[in-house]
Amino acid sequence: MIVHIVSKNFDIKDSHKLKVALKHDRYNSLEKLFSMKPFEVTREVVASGLRGKGGGGAATGNKWELIPKEHEKPTYLVINADESEPGTFKDRQIMEYDPHLLIEGIINSSYAIGAHHSYIYIRGEYVFWAKRLNEAIDEAYKAGYLGEKVAGFDYKLDITVHRGGGAYICGEKSALLESLEGKRGHPRLKPQQKEPEWFFGGPTVVNNVETIASVPYIINNGFEAYRSHGTYCSPGTMLFGLSGHINNPGIYELPFGVSMKDVIEKIGGGIKNGKKLKAIIPGGSSCAILKADEIKNITLDYESLQQNGSSLGTGGMILLDEDTSIPDAMKNLFEFYHHESCGQCTPCREGCGWVDKILAKLLSGKGSKKDFATILDACDMLNGKTICVFAPSVAFIAHSYITKFKNEFYSLCKTD
Amino acid sequence: MSEFKFSKQNEEKFEKLLTRYPKRASLSLPSLWMVQYQEGWISEDAMIYLADKLGTSAMDILSIASFYTMFNLKPIGTYHIQVCKTLSCKLCGSEKIRSHLTNRLGIKFGETTKDMKFTLSEVECLGACGEAPAMSFNDDYVGNLSIEKIDKMLDEL
Ligand SMILES: Cc1cc2nc3c(=O)[nH]c(=O)nc-3n(C[C@H](O)[C@H](O)[C@H](O)COP(=O)(O)O)c2cc1C
Ligand code: SF4
Ligand code: FES
Repeated sequence: MIVHIVSKNFDIKDSHKLKVALKHDRYNSLEKLFSMKPFEVTREVVASGLRGKGGGGAATGNKWELIPKEHEKPTYLVINADESEPGTFKDRQIMEYDPHLLIEGIINSSYAIGAHHSYIYIRGEYVFWAKRLNEAIDEAYKAGYLGEKVAGFDYKLDITVHRGGGAYICGEKSALLESLEGKRGHPRLKPQQKEPEWFFGGPTVVNNVETIASVPYIINNGFEAYRSHGTYCSPGTMLFGLSGHINNPGIYELPFGVSMKDVIEKIGGGIKNGKKLKAIIPGGSSCAILKADEIKNITLDYESLQQNGSSLGTGGMILLDEDTSIPDAMKNLFEFYHHESCGQCTPCREGCGWVDKILAKLLSGKGSKKDFATILDACDMLNGKTICVFAPSVAFIAHSYITKFKNEFYSLCKTD
Repeated sequence: MSEFKFSKQNEEKFEKLLTRYPKRASLSLPSLWMVQYQEGWISEDAMIYLADKLGTSAMDILSIASFYTMFNLKPIGTYHIQVCKTLSCKLCGSEKIRSHLTNRLGIKFGETTKDMKFTLSEVECLGACGEAPAMSFNDDYVGNLSIEKIDKMLDEL
């Protein structure tokens, strides 16, 4: 099942050092890259069907095409390395074991969109990884892969690592850019029509670390090679994560379309302590929960998870065994969402805290069945009335927990 | 006038960073980090200093610094222990780790020991769910925590 496109060099000793990286294909794509016109690079990425790995799954090439051909302000590529979605720990592996792959991807992608400066926005807690990136970037500058003439070609590129200060919402692309502009990380209102993001008025693409790290393979081997993995709607591979009650937690690169059950059993080694699986949160905490009996026919791709009422998200699966209390798990996540709401929109700021409080009441045995109607009302309030999708996705997941495990919630209530 | 001043090293770093961004305002987070590494926390004085350097008001700096959880607006202990409280860690036994730490250090989460040696915080998912339960110890991550591992670590300090 396991394939190695992005993770090819992960197990090679010292693969984060330029000397070793160069022996293992890093910067190989540049010759071909600079023989192509920027629009041809974008066209290749469009044809590959590469989808964003930051959680949304948006088509990468199409996003690049939104950059206006002519613009008086410079164009930027911003790499989202905020990785804060509970259950997600994949971008970190790329930055730790193969930072030069990310740099190579940034060169490829910047050239395609015409950017000459790229920022890597990394979550504040990733001190070790920020240091590792900076060391790799320094090496790349010294060896001439960055700077005035990238690899001797007539193309200038700078990369700057920017550390966040601890705020989940800064993973949302417009909040990230606000933060990069030096402000509080508040998501921006979205325009009606499709347009790029903006950094100090310059047209900007924000892409996840893993997305950009997938680009050199596509340029080197062509879109068909990438499409030979995965499914029609979900081409290629993803770094899937397993955590929670699983025997072999970790990150595994898999083609899209493999059976979720097989991954849990064959790669994950099954549920810890020989217990039975009760539920799974498929791709980071912002995806609707699935009951064990729902996953039989699920495959790991965007279409299958969507058809089954959840989403693929970041591919970070959290497994819950038969002894787990679902209300307790839900309360844990609502403490998270309550804490992480940026507070701009009243429904979100108040609603997340409200649900958290009701869950506390239920868990203390003082709740009643009426409280469920209140949670559903709160979900309604969260849905569709806010600046960013944080609140609607919180509503969506709340709904999945209380409807799928209704009896477990009811059993906490002594009164109607 | 503020009493705080960047060290020579930070002053140089600041000047260098100015060349990396289209506008000075972008330097707010990098500058706050420099202050925090220099002093351990971000004082009012430092905010006044940064406001001047970044061309904004001290109030603005406070509003930014207080939005992000990692900036300490009061002094903290030499060792900052931040334990993850989110789901994967919880499923893997973080609650036992948390109560052991509060017992051993004799403080609650959010508090600092009287000798200013330890500060204990609980934080949301660190992105170390594969090594749950996890915590950060100053700038480093420690995963696959057990009571024995923590005791050994603290005994060796
Ligand atoms: C609340 C929220 C948090 C997010 N956190 C992250 C994150 O930590 N990392 C990330 O890459 N994308 C995150 N995203 C998605 C980004 O907004 C954006 O879509 C993504 O970085 C685009 O890159 P991609 O198309 O390559 O995935 C988040 C979105 C939302 C709404
Ligand atoms: S929905 Fe929540 S997180 Fe998003 S902008 Fe509004 S308050 Fe902030
Ligand atoms: S849940 Fe603890 S590190 Fe992710």
